[in-house]
Amino acid sequence: MPASGATPRRVSHLRYVLTENPVTLVAVVMYCVLVLMAGFGPMIAPYDPLATAPERALQPPSAAHWFGTDALGRDILSRCIVAARLDLGLAVSAVALSFAIGAPLGAAAGFFGGWADRVVSRLADTIMAFPLFVLAMGIVAAMGNTLANIVIATAIINLPFYIRVARAEANVRRSAGFVESARLAGNSEWGVLVRHVFPNLLPPMAVQVSLNMGWAILNAAGLSFIGLGVRPPTPEWGILVAEGAQYILSGEWWVALLPGAVLMTAVFSFNLLGDALRDLLDPRRRT
Amino acid sequence: MMRLALWRIVGALPNLLGVVVITFLLTRALPGDPAAFFAGQAASNEAIEQIRAQLGLDRPLPEQFVTYVVDLLMGDLGQSLTTGQPVAAEILSRLPASVELTLVALAIAISIALPLGVLAAVHQGGWIDQFARVITTAGVSLPVFFTGLLLTWLFYFVLGWAPSPIGRLDPAFSPPPAVTGAYLIDAALTGDGELWVACAKQIVLPAGAMALAVLAPIARMTRASMLSVLSSDFVRTARALGLRGDTVLVRYALRNALLPVVTTLGMVFSFLLGSNVLIEKVFAWPGIGSFAIDSLTASDYAPVQGFVLTMGVLYVLLNLAIDLLYLVIDPRVVLQP
Amino acid sequence: MSAVATHAPAAADDAAPAPGRALLEMTDVSLEFRTRSGTVRALQHVSLSVRRGEIVGLVGESGSGKSVLCYALLGLSDRAARITSGRIDYDGIDLRAASERELQDLRGREIGMVFQNPRAALNPIRTIGRQLEDVLRRHGAVRRADLRERAIEALREVAIADPQRRHRAYPFELSGGMCQRVMIALALCGAPRLLIADEPTTGLDVTTQAAVLALVRERVRASRVATLLITHDLALAADFCDRIVVMHAGHVVETAPTGALFGAPRHPYTQALIASTPAGRDALEELRPIAGGLPDLRREDLPACRFLERCPRALPACRDALAHVAPGAAHAVACNNPLGAP
Repeated sequence: MPASGATPRRVSHLRYVLTENPVTLVAVVMYCVLVLMAGFGPMIAPYDPLATAPERALQPPSAAHWFGTDALGRDILSRCIVAARLDLGLAVSAVALSFAIGAPLGAAAGFFGGWADRVVSRLADTIMAFPLFVLAMGIVAAMGNTLANIVIATAIINLPFYIRVARAEANVRRSAGFVESARLAGNSEWGVLVRHVFPNLLPPMAVQVSLNMGWAILNAAGLSFIGLGVRPPTPEWGILVAEGAQYILSGEWWVALLPGAVLMTAVFSFNLLGDALRDLLDPRRRT
Repeated sequence: MMRLALWRIVGALPNLLGVVVITFLLTRALPGDPAAFFAGQAASNEAIEQIRAQLGLDRPLPEQFVTYVVDLLMGDLGQSLTTGQPVAAEILSRLPASVELTLVALAIAISIALPLGVLAAVHQGGWIDQFARVITTAGVSLPVFFTGLLLTWLFYFVLGWAPSPIGRLDPAFSPPPAVTGAYLIDAALTGDGELWVACAKQIVLPAGAMALAVLAPIARMTRASMLSVLSSDFVRTARALGLRGDTVLVRYALRNALLPVVTTLGMVFSFLLGSNVLIEKVFAWPGIGSFAIDSLTASDYAPVQGFVLTMGVLYVLLNLAIDLLYLVIDPRVVLQP
Repeated sequence: MSAVATHAPAAADDAAPAPGRALLEMTDVSLEFRTRSGTVRALQHVSLSVRRGEIVGLVGESGSGKSVLCYALLGLSDRAARITSGRIDYDGIDLRAASERELQDLRGREIGMVFQNPRAALNPIRTIGRQLEDVLRRHGAVRRADLRERAIEALREVAIADPQRRHRAYPFELSGGMCQRVMIALALCGAPRLLIADEPTTGLDVTTQAAVLALVRERVRASRVATLLITHDLALAADFCDRIVVMHAGHVVETAPTGALFGAPRHPYTQALIASTPAGRDALEELRPIAGGLPDLRREDLPACRFLERCPRALPACRDALAHVAPGAAHAVACNNPLGAP
């Protein structure tokens, strides 16, 4: 009975959240557009993103090229669209990796306390002792300039967030009623953690994940902006901005600024989505 | 109070150690041959072996670590392949540029975000509150390198107000004699108004771009904190006692509201130091960030390690400074040791 | 007859208040809150007066509107509050029409207020000496050089030991009782003619309660300060006040001199309150709690008498109209079916 009653309530609450603030709806729409771009990029791009045409270099936005062309005559819109797959892929991988390692570590730390807590907290503190982007730079420099290492570096610098949230949530639930009864039912401590506590952490973690995605995209783009990870001619939003940076001074703004705007829009929609998710799952924490 | 301060300082030591350990591991954890990395791409086999012996890379790891720490304490961060100079010297000469940029960015951010947050709280729901919310949400999503480029295009190319983004000072001027290393201070000390304006013009755009990105956490925290304080019991008492509106606002509400804001500065600095690197690239700012990027591109790794270490140490010290500042401004800290 | 009644005459004997025009006059005041879940009619047709030198007790359950009334008086209501009718006059000045500036001049200088929960009511990061000096500078016409001395003097007047040293103390370093003394000093240092004390002893232990009240009584009697004491503790009001105003759910239900109220209560709610108040000699079985709770003030269908649903003497007419018996007289009651001789 409660289950079927809960679903319509969830749905109506979802509808409320979507319609209460029109910005939320916009965010969801943008998010869907992004996912489409990532999924079907090469198919919907009007031109081949890698096709050069020097005679059409540095043309401003026009009917033929909505975002204009770059120094090699490539269509910038196509490159932006195709870049979505890479950027989102990088961010999703990094966040997934970060979550897969950070959440269990944090949950164990919060649940068991003691030396597990001390070790894990020390790990998180050590990571956070650095300005995070700098640490990512250092990691990629140390491990080699590849895409995989971009993902690993971004994942590492995001670990502390997942560790902290999981730890706090697990700590709160450590002595909760349902946990006590699970213990009494004969579950081992690990069993209780895995089967009972961890699933309860997923809603607040979901909020963290979506808020984090925006930041992960920014990180990946920032690293490629300074030349790490992605090599030309691979299209990626950060690298597109880097390629266009020098033309700002001569007024060809579209080469750098339009990819940058796309990047910003992507991050913005993830942030808005994260806020909406937080409102949906835990209205107490609204700012 | 002194005891508390000492305790905080001691508490920062494990973080310093962590920074040193991590930077050590970063270079020794290189896949492949660390010696080859340090020797550079164009090195011959014997040069690589020479480097290996020189850096002690054939020794066991713990011994390497001890050597590393000893070298650090003596100020030896290795040699830069591209400039041929000791890394420590290069970093030291470029550090003031980065620090000045970061601090000016912070100053700009605070001078905009604080009043914005206060006004948003005092006129809750009003247009300034909505405006603040939009600005802060947008700021968080803007990639800082994009903001830098956007501002450059707008103010240099379109409006012609800003000078060309070629570094700290227009080549027509010569830099002020170095007292602090910060051009703004040093130029002010010389009393040369024109020079000072020239320096200010160069730093405004890069610092502004960085500031835009950190407006959000500061304004948001100020607003939330102000709202909470304005509806608190003691503000109600102050009003009930007939104290004037501005007294209540500044002396009672704001001072209390600022306390949580100070604690967000740690996160703000993390972001500022990180975005420092990106902005230095966009504006050709001769700080440690652009030094690190240039070295990275040239596969010169000792400077990068030195850079990461410097940033880490700087950040730990900044956090310590914030902790100590908090000790000074909140008398209640004696309650929790 | 409740043992409480025997305390009443002692209070009435103290320096009797001067008759004549009231210092504070609230007439037919109604106040509502606009909230997301509806309009809360927090006060309805409330009338109250306090004369010079008089100590009036405002008594009622939590949530009856006592504090709301005081904040409305001083213009310190919540943003969502709106006064929809009535007059609030202080010494002839219309407080509702006064500007914020004028109100700021009155607060502290003419009307002082003491709050409950004293430690939370003081600025936590400012020394109590500085807080006193802020008020003195504002209202006391004190020279800058004398501020510190005057502040220390104010602390001494509220019986705080070692005032020189305490001047530099922060609220978190003081006990609850001391914080309340500081609050009293703050409220009185502008030499107001009206003091409002909102549950000044709630949260303090019994001995401290007695000490704080004794202090207040001594200070207000000495300077003939009119006092409005808000409390949910009937026994305390009996001990302390010359006159008592009983509130229920935003209505004033009865007003009477203390002796008369306890000797011959006319409103069923007053009688129930008295019966539910422990007075030392009563056995536990003799305490009679009042059934039910305060009605939801957001309801559109509130009866004319808000005590209707808990009242043992309810009449059908009580739903639609409420009679005010002898308004303006010394002993007034708002009831269709009051106790005692009609």
